[in-house]
Amino acid sequence: MLTEQLKLKFKKPPRDTRYRSFWQYIHIDVTLLSFLLLLCGAGLIILFSASGRSLSVVQSQALHLLFAFGVMFVMAQISPISLQRSAPWIYALGLCALFIVLIIGHIGKGGQRWLNFGIMRFQPAELMKLAIPLLLAWCYHRDYLPITFKSVLAAIPIILLPAVLTAKQPDLGTAILLVIAGASVLFLAGLSWQIMASFTTMLGVCIPFVWYLLYDYQRQRVLTFLNPELDPLGSGYHIIQSKIAIGSGGMFGKGWLNGTQSNLHFLPERSTDFIFAVCGEEFGFMGSLILIILYLLVLLRGIYITIHAQDTFSRLLAGSITLTFFASFFINMGMVTGILPVVGVPLLLVSYGGSSMVTIMASFGILMSIQTHRKLVTT
Amino acid sequence: MQKRIPFKNHQQEILLIGQRSMLALGLIVFLIICLVIRLMFLQIVKHDVYTTMATNNWLDLVPVEPTRGLIYDRNGVLLAENIPVFSLDLVPVQITDLPKTLTTLRKLVTLSDDEVSQYKRQVKQHRRFDEIPLKLRLTEEEVAKVTENLHRLPGVTIKARLMRNYPFGTSFSHVLGYVGRINLQELNEIDQTNYSASHYIGKLGIEKYYEDELHGKVGYQQVENNASGEAIRILKEIKGTPGKNIYLSLDSKLQFVVEKAMQGHRGAVVAIQPATGQVLAMVSEPGYDPNIFVQGISQTAFKALQQSPDKPLYNRALRGLYPIASTIKPYLALEGLNSGVISPDSTVYDPGWFKLRSSEHIFHDWWHQGHGTVNVSRAITSSCDIFFYELGMKMGIRRMDNILTQFGFGALSGIDLDDELPGIVASPDWKQKMRGGHWYEGDTVNSSIGQGLMQASPLQLATAIATLANRGQRFIPYLLMGEQLPGKPYVLQPPIPLESIQVPNKQYWELVIKAMQNVVDTPQGTAFRFGQNRNYTLAAKTGTAQVIARRGNLDEKDNQNLLPERLREHHLFIAFAPVENPTIAIAIITENSYMTIDVARDIFDYYVGKQNNANRTAQAEIQKTAA
Repeated sequence: MLTEQLKLKFKKPPRDTRYRSFWQYIHIDVTLLSFLLLLCGAGLIILFSASGRSLSVVQSQALHLLFAFGVMFVMAQISPISLQRSAPWIYALGLCALFIVLIIGHIGKGGQRWLNFGIMRFQPAELMKLAIPLLLAWCYHRDYLPITFKSVLAAIPIILLPAVLTAKQPDLGTAILLVIAGASVLFLAGLSWQIMASFTTMLGVCIPFVWYLLYDYQRQRVLTFLNPELDPLGSGYHIIQSKIAIGSGGMFGKGWLNGTQSNLHFLPERSTDFIFAVCGEEFGFMGSLILIILYLLVLLRGIYITIHAQDTFSRLLAGSITLTFFASFFINMGMVTGILPVVGVPLLLVSYGGSSMVTIMASFGILMSIQTHRKLVTT
Repeated sequence: MQKRIPFKNHQQEILLIGQRSMLALGLIVFLIICLVIRLMFLQIVKHDVYTTMATNNWLDLVPVEPTRGLIYDRNGVLLAENIPVFSLDLVPVQITDLPKTLTTLRKLVTLSDDEVSQYKRQVKQHRRFDEIPLKLRLTEEEVAKVTENLHRLPGVTIKARLMRNYPFGTSFSHVLGYVGRINLQELNEIDQTNYSASHYIGKLGIEKYYEDELHGKVGYQQVENNASGEAIRILKEIKGTPGKNIYLSLDSKLQFVVEKAMQGHRGAVVAIQPATGQVLAMVSEPGYDPNIFVQGISQTAFKALQQSPDKPLYNRALRGLYPIASTIKPYLALEGLNSGVISPDSTVYDPGWFKLRSSEHIFHDWWHQGHGTVNVSRAITSSCDIFFYELGMKMGIRRMDNILTQFGFGALSGIDLDDELPGIVASPDWKQKMRGGHWYEGDTVNSSIGQGLMQASPLQLATAIATLANRGQRFIPYLLMGEQLPGKPYVLQPPIPLESIQVPNKQYWELVIKAMQNVVDTPQGTAFRFGQNRNYTLAAKTGTAQVIARRGNLDEKDNQNLLPERLREHHLFIAFAPVENPTIAIAIITENSYMTIDVARDIFDYYVGKQNNANRTAQAEIQKTAA
């Protein structure tokens, strides 16, 4: 029944085949683009306040955005088939870069996450956010779905190798997102419930061992998450101040530029990881809700594109991109509101910074490519 | 790429991914709902709690130290002031590497080891985020040097503050006392709210006694803070009350004259205005510079002061207890006359010695030849011991004690200074209680010339002679003449009279006073050396207190100089002038020195003589203009 319905639905569009709009021609999904523009606009407004009314910060963020939208546009032009072909190479490139960063970081004694190319810095871990789902989707698109246990086993090193390397940088936030990016492909590809259950059990068993592998500051973060008041001026400071900022915002907030927590510098990392607290303080519950709804709109469009994608590779890729997007903004909001431990994950498209923005816009470019190239392939 | 996948499988995959997407969407919706609930909890349910916390974060009530009241003398001469100084302050909590900071600072300012150890001691006594001065009174050059380098000295600040200064240093040290940093013990005793911005508290003397008046009430500033605790702007100011300015009854010029006259001696001088009980001068020599205590005295300097044989920290005027000695005689004579034990004409033959019927012990007169037949006037003038031995025996110790107590001996005078000692009026009860011994007739004999157990402080001696000068009207001696809150009217402190001493025949006052006048005016007087060349009348009595017991028949006058200095007698001198209308009554004690009379001459010549001269010139001028 459902199969028939879906079949009908996918076969329906007669108008689109006859006529390609200008947007389709340049491979831009207008719906997604408008949602993104709304979100980025809101982000700039919040950033202006969070940066202490610094126009230069907003300008430089706008430049990041411009560049990121450019990347998105370029990515949108690359057809899913070309992406599919280059998937293994992208993965290999990313992995090499990760190793290089680790070695450089080792020599330089201290955490290093990026490669410096003079005019711009490049974070291999960010590339891996795309490379892992690409490779996994490439692996699975030929298989019969749902995937077998064997292919799940094959996926484990593909996901864990870059994740562990990233965690070693140390960048726990990105490492978690890498695992989620990979795991979401597996989930969509029909990972059986038994395997999921056994993995969850294994994870539970592993937690004590993982505890020993964590760096001190990472352990501290987890402890702080469990009880921030333990060290209110030390490691608990971030989360306490963030909760104060959000809570004092109330229903409608203190008004733009009027947040005392952010403007008087009580809130740390206010223009980067903790920018959601600034939104909560100045725009209140309603403002936060609107921001969440904007994110949800982007998300829903991503799911729409996933469902309407034309082949397994595109579907898996689009699904993974969408779910990773959700994971990153949910983890950020969760940590800022104190329901998740503090891991360094920026609020995508709103937090100040270029690296993660370029990656996410590139992945939105891929979504657009999947959406707009769809019609060119006859079924 | 799809060719190997059968159509049916393809549809199944669509279905599978679709299902999984919907599952994921369900999970997403669930998580978003969780997030929204969390936001509602923080922003709506707990809104008030977090609003309070946010307000506490950025609003701060900063206490503002009230300006300490100034201290003036009776003529408005400033005795204690507040001067602006720059101090080098360290905030312990912000300093990670103290030795490194100190090395850097040493290149910029001169830091003594004492200042460093002083700082370290204070760190232990203060909260970790308090600013603690490392060095007070930076020079302008040092201020400039440190300011330039502040960026590489975290936790180091330069603060402008008001510091207590005593412009006359040593001269008023024992009266004014000094202020010092609040220590832990004081911290527990004071009202911590009122002192929340204060660093100093009166430690001794007037500064301690009138601490409440001088300190004032703390004020507040409501400030907007940023996260580093820096005040960005002041929102509201709640004004405190500055300390009251205090006017002391001291006459600083007289004080300087006294100090100069006492130079090189150990001892004390207390001068009182008989008509009011106001203390005109109070000197205990040697003194010390109170300013070094304000800046925080180093331990070595403190030890040096403490261990000095001259005891500069010891307030002899208030706490020095000396035998009343022969200065007791006018009071006993008065009681003898009052009680009718003797009459003005009663005589005693003085052969130079005295013996009790019950014992073989011989009591000598200080004048070994004896004064011959003496009446009470002559006995006072020549300080005849034998007359007073007899009088004492006739009168008995209880009568003696009665009159001494009436003159204020053996009890706190009630002066507005802490730590006064009451001295001793010896009585059989007192001896029984304190020494556990029986009272002998010999004790009465000794007491009758103010030796033995009788002890009094210079302040008590001065109060007593002032009462005598007043012919019995007593006042509580006091230093606070008036006080004034800045911008408010001056409040005068009235004298506090005590019950006056009742004498049946007023003539007895004049008899005793006349005899005391003869002490300086006649060659028989013990203070004839005071000299005649003066324009005022004076009534006085000398006294001599032995440091070591008299042995045998030594003629002390010759032998005192042979004794080691510290074993020589203490000399006492009580006097008032002018006799008719006394303006000043004085008690002087010089330890191991008979220079009292010379000291007294300087003081009276200045205070009474000059006044008389001035009056005379004024009168002459009036007459001239009249002519």
